[in-house]
Amino acid sequence: MLKRVLVMLVAIWCGAAQAQEPIKIGAFLAVTGPFSFLGDPEQKTLELYVEKLNAAGGVLGRKLQLVSYDSAGDAEKARTFAKRLIEQDKVDIIVGGTSTGETMAVVPLAEQAGMPFISLAGAVVIIEPVKKWVFKTPHTDRMACEKIFIDMKARGATRVGLISGAGGFDKSMRAECLKVAKNHGIEIVADESYGPADTDMTAQLTKIRQNAQVQAVLNAGFGQGPAIVTKNYRQIGMTVPLYQSHGVASKEFIKLAGEAAEGVRLPAAALLVSDKLADSDPQKIVVARYSREYQTRFKSDVSTFGGHAYDGLMLAVEAIKKAGSTDKAKVRDALESIKGYVGTGGIVNMSATDHMGLDLSAFRMLEIRKGDWTLAK
Amino acid sequence: MSAQFLQYLLAGLTIGAIYALVALGFSIIYNASQVINFAQGEFVMIGGMATVSLAGAGLPLPVAIAAAVLLAAAVGLALEKFAVEPARGASVVTLIIITIGASILLRGLATLVWDKNIHPLKAFSGEAPIRIAGATIVPQSLWVIGITLVIVLLLTWFFGRTLLGKALLATSHNRLAAQLVGINVRHVLLASFGLSAALGAVAGILVAPITFTSWDIGVMLGLKGFAAAILGGMGSGPGAVLGGLVLGLVEAMSAGYVSSAYKDAIAFIVILAVLVFLPSGLLGKRSTDRV
Repeated sequence: MLKRVLVMLVAIWCGAAQAQEPIKIGAFLAVTGPFSFLGDPEQKTLELYVEKLNAAGGVLGRKLQLVSYDSAGDAEKARTFAKRLIEQDKVDIIVGGTSTGETMAVVPLAEQAGMPFISLAGAVVIIEPVKKWVFKTPHTDRMACEKIFIDMKARGATRVGLISGAGGFDKSMRAECLKVAKNHGIEIVADESYGPADTDMTAQLTKIRQNAQVQAVLNAGFGQGPAIVTKNYRQIGMTVPLYQSHGVASKEFIKLAGEAAEGVRLPAAALLVSDKLADSDPQKIVVARYSREYQTRFKSDVSTFGGHAYDGLMLAVEAIKKAGSTDKAKVRDALESIKGYVGTGGIVNMSATDHMGLDLSAFRMLEIRKGDWTLAK
Repeated sequence: MSAQFLQYLLAGLTIGAIYALVALGFSIIYNASQVINFAQGEFVMIGGMATVSLAGAGLPLPVAIAAAVLLAAAVGLALEKFAVEPARGASVVTLIIITIGASILLRGLATLVWDKNIHPLKAFSGEAPIRIAGATIVPQSLWVIGITLVIVLLLTWFFGRTLLGKALLATSHNRLAAQLVGINVRHVLLASFGLSAALGAVAGILVAPITFTSWDIGVMLGLKGFAAAILGGMGSGPGAVLGGLVLGLVEAMSAGYVSSAYKDAIAFIVILAVLVFLPSGLLGKRSTDRV
């Protein structure tokens, strides 16, 4: 008799546990479309780690549930999906927004609904001015400019030639670099651009070469453009140091530019060089584990973009744990108070005035040597 | 002539030859059907991507190239057979819209069959730049320029001297009359799609070592190739080449001497100006007079 009662009690208890609502993580990502090479690893990362967290017992004793939509890089779609996440799916937090355009389209919705929103896009405008409910994980292009300028100056180059593409990323980075150059004692003496369909940049580079003042060249670009710039740079025999942006920080760039990439410097997240970090590096464990787990599961190289999604999800989980509930206001406050979280992108110290929480130490200056990354001294 | 000018000139010729090759493909289908085939850029993409993947699978480069050209030609034939031919009664505008649909479909298929990454292709004969009086050019540019020339000569011979070529031209001028004198119009159209796809693929393969190749390279090159074809005179082989070279040179010179930010704008102003004064393009008239 007692046994039967016990069994019943256990059954009821289990039933109650099952009935407990899962914590809903909402996502809208550009899994297809022009930004698919960003959105695809982001989606895969979220799936992988929601699964892993659930296997480890979930968060606050509740399972996680991922509700993800493909916004295809389209700001209009992103807005629609975000609305659906907030109103129909009633998610507890949103981690998503592959591109800056998609993110900015959703910012007003998140602000209005009081929905904690962790963006995975790059531009400074997302967190400047600070928006109450909006956070982001990736580095900004301004940080990349600063990191590059500091390195240039250390090598004695203060007069810089700039060449940039016509894409959104390129333009935004160009503007940020022009803005912060003065603060770092850098003078931009040449400013050239190329179109998205351009297949040869020797004309622009020849013009920069003609400028005798130029001591170093910075290419703010994304996609195949920077690889062509690098090839043309060697073709016309330019010898001043060439810097690329974090936008091409992937093995693909080295593959495309081939031997011409030798000696090129660029800032990148620690994730890219996880096997080259010193054992004492605080990020070593995190980035090594993430790249191992991602590679085992998907049989492809990790990208910093997947890393942003990893950081986004982990920050969300951290905040929910800290808040002890999924109450949106409490989660937001918890997010804002996160200090010393070690992620793939760097060490995050959020504050009321900084909703990204990264400093320049999050970027490593890399130099390409013999077709591989090396940490520049 | 300074080294600087020479460098701009060589840059312009390189880009121009690439545009010219793509423009030629537009001309052939236009000649046969008055249709502007907006899937032309996708043939360029298929050529490049197939070569990269076949060469990556271990085939020697010449074999990979031949297979890629054949594959593109097969896709061109299939496009005509299954998309254009069933709509043969439709107006030219409808057919153009069909080719736009086909281009979107082919791009989508390419992302499934291959991937969304950008791929390099090894240059045919090394990457060491050749120096000419202080300016430089890569050997691959010479391949592009040389093969473009050969193709133009072959096409001139084809349209001027062979039965199929003449049948193609005749069909373009009067479909009904061509049919009445015994030309199988359907075969002619089929042949033009196959030929133009093969040509597009050759272009895609030749330029891949310079521009790289990816699933969406056809959009970029297709647009510039189309502009070059219009500038030179739609349907004219030499016109396509001239249009491509002029476009490339204008771009390079304006990037060098005026402003790289406005070089595309300057190029399109030149095109508009030409079309205002010569509505059929630089060499457009001549080709219609030829028959």
